[in-house]
Amino acid sequence: MEVLKTIISISVMASLLALLVVIADKLLNNYGECSIDINKGSRILKVQGGTTLLSALSLQKIFIPSACGGKATCGLCKVRIIDGGGVILPTEEPYLTAEEVKNGMRLSCQVKVKRDIKISIPEELFSIRQFKTKVARITQMTHDIKEFELVLPDSETITFKAGQYIQVLSKPYDKIKEPVSRAYSIASVPSMEGKLEIIVRQVPGGICTSYMHQYLKVGDELTLSGPYGDFYLRETGKELVMIAGGSGLAPIKSIVLDVIERNLDRQMTFFFGAVTMKDLYYVDYFRDLERKYGNFRYVPALSKPAPEEAWDGEIGLITNVVEQHVKDANDKGAYLCGSPGMINACINVLKKNGFTDDMIYFDKF
Amino acid sequence: MEASPVISPFVIFFASIFTSNMILSNFLGMCSYISVSNEYKTASGLGKAVTLVMIFTTAANYAAYRFFILPLGLDYLRFIIFILIIAASVQIIELVMDRYFQELHLKLGIFLPLITVNCAILGISLFMIIRNYNFLQSMLFSAGSGLGWWLAISVLAAIREKMAKTRLPKGLEGPGITFIITGIMALAFIGFSGIFSIQ
Repeated sequence: MEVLKTIISISVMASLLALLVVIADKLLNNYGECSIDINKGSRILKVQGGTTLLSALSLQKIFIPSACGGKATCGLCKVRIIDGGGVILPTEEPYLTAEEVKNGMRLSCQVKVKRDIKISIPEELFSIRQFKTKVARITQMTHDIKEFELVLPDSETITFKAGQYIQVLSKPYDKIKEPVSRAYSIASVPSMEGKLEIIVRQVPGGICTSYMHQYLKVGDELTLSGPYGDFYLRETGKELVMIAGGSGLAPIKSIVLDVIERNLDRQMTFFFGAVTMKDLYYVDYFRDLERKYGNFRYVPALSKPAPEEAWDGEIGLITNVVEQHVKDANDKGAYLCGSPGMINACINVLKKNGFTDDMIYFDKF
Repeated sequence: MEASPVISPFVIFFASIFTSNMILSNFLGMCSYISVSNEYKTASGLGKAVTLVMIFTTAANYAAYRFFILPLGLDYLRFIIFILIIAASVQIIELVMDRYFQELHLKLGIFLPLITVNCAILGISLFMIIRNYNFLQSMLFSAGSGLGWWLAISVLAAIREKMAKTRLPKGLEGPGITFIITGIMALAFIGFSGIFSIQ
């Protein structure tokens, strides 16, 4: 009897309290519908309150670049909040400079939508979408570069400007427990329907490139988002001087094909820098284009061709080769894609020959 | 117990702030007192939270004791029931804070749930039964104890903030010097004991 009484009393008490907590949770954790005003009313979203700004926006198909998936460890998802973001949280502080705090920048993965909120984001983010693609082909291009053909889901299309990039989300593998997100330029032409190509060089020890090179197989699913970036074909400058190294060939290939396809009246010279012949790829492809289209010139250059290689092209550092061929900046625009070292060196050479900052576009990685 | 005259609730109120301060004379609730007293603003916030939780849980526990535990003769269950009530109250208060006082909620962080096991809070409910307080006495006792706790942690935090740049012997940094300051504060508070006493 005593035992029963004890059990019943405790149970009744506990249930009553549980009920109270549940009611409080329903009343207090319910923020109702909140509105997100983007760029001074250019878009107004209605969302269910209580979630983070990042996930609220991604549910509405607006993708803020984020690599860590909302754990406040990458600091990429910065958004300017004009009103309604509340105070800056301790989790955000390490990622915001004093300047950014003054401008109202916040990490969108930490800000919770609890009332109507006003934010400002770059317009181009509106066209960014997420795709679940399927790997259709993997081609070994050189000893450390592979090309991936990715098929978009049925009826989906990606609209991008030649030269822009997408972000690939890797899956956890081996000792890597967290998915990471890395940027790769699109190598295919914007008009290609239902699929796209990216070129990935294996970076020794790279988390995402190792995943792409060693774990990803034909038929696997690959999540990507895009398009991103302000490296794309501009209307200024009639003649295009394009310089690339390694996997930096990707956006240049897209731009060249785009110009040819759209029949634009632009002169193009493509300098491709490599060390030996085994670092070259797409050589026949570009030589073929050179033969077919009079306004395209392809200049591959090797800095240290191996003695046994029968190389009949340019020899020397890419900077020297560019300097020999590009004598002036008259009505030209330069497009550079490659390692920061190569790009900086080439920019110096171009500037010496009269190029100004507004004539040079580049994508460093 | 029955023979002793009823102590005025107001005496209890002031005594529990000064002479019978929960921290400085009963040494209850030391855990958060030591760990959250680096910064005056946060300490004061925690003090407010503890005061709020104390008043709230004492009222709830008093009601539970009078109308549930005593009539059913469940005196032997009072610990578990008190703790259940305290836990639920803290959870509800946390929800309220998350909604209306977000900055304080984030500052308190892990310490708010820790209030659940702050012994000062369970202490109040148990003292109120041991000392046979009526409702008014219990409420003023809890309010006084809460304010006393708030006062003590605020004073300590203010002192520690002042001392932040002081060069201390290595072994005394952090908790060490905090205990010494607490001891000196306790001595100072004993000075009040001639005025009124409840024990």
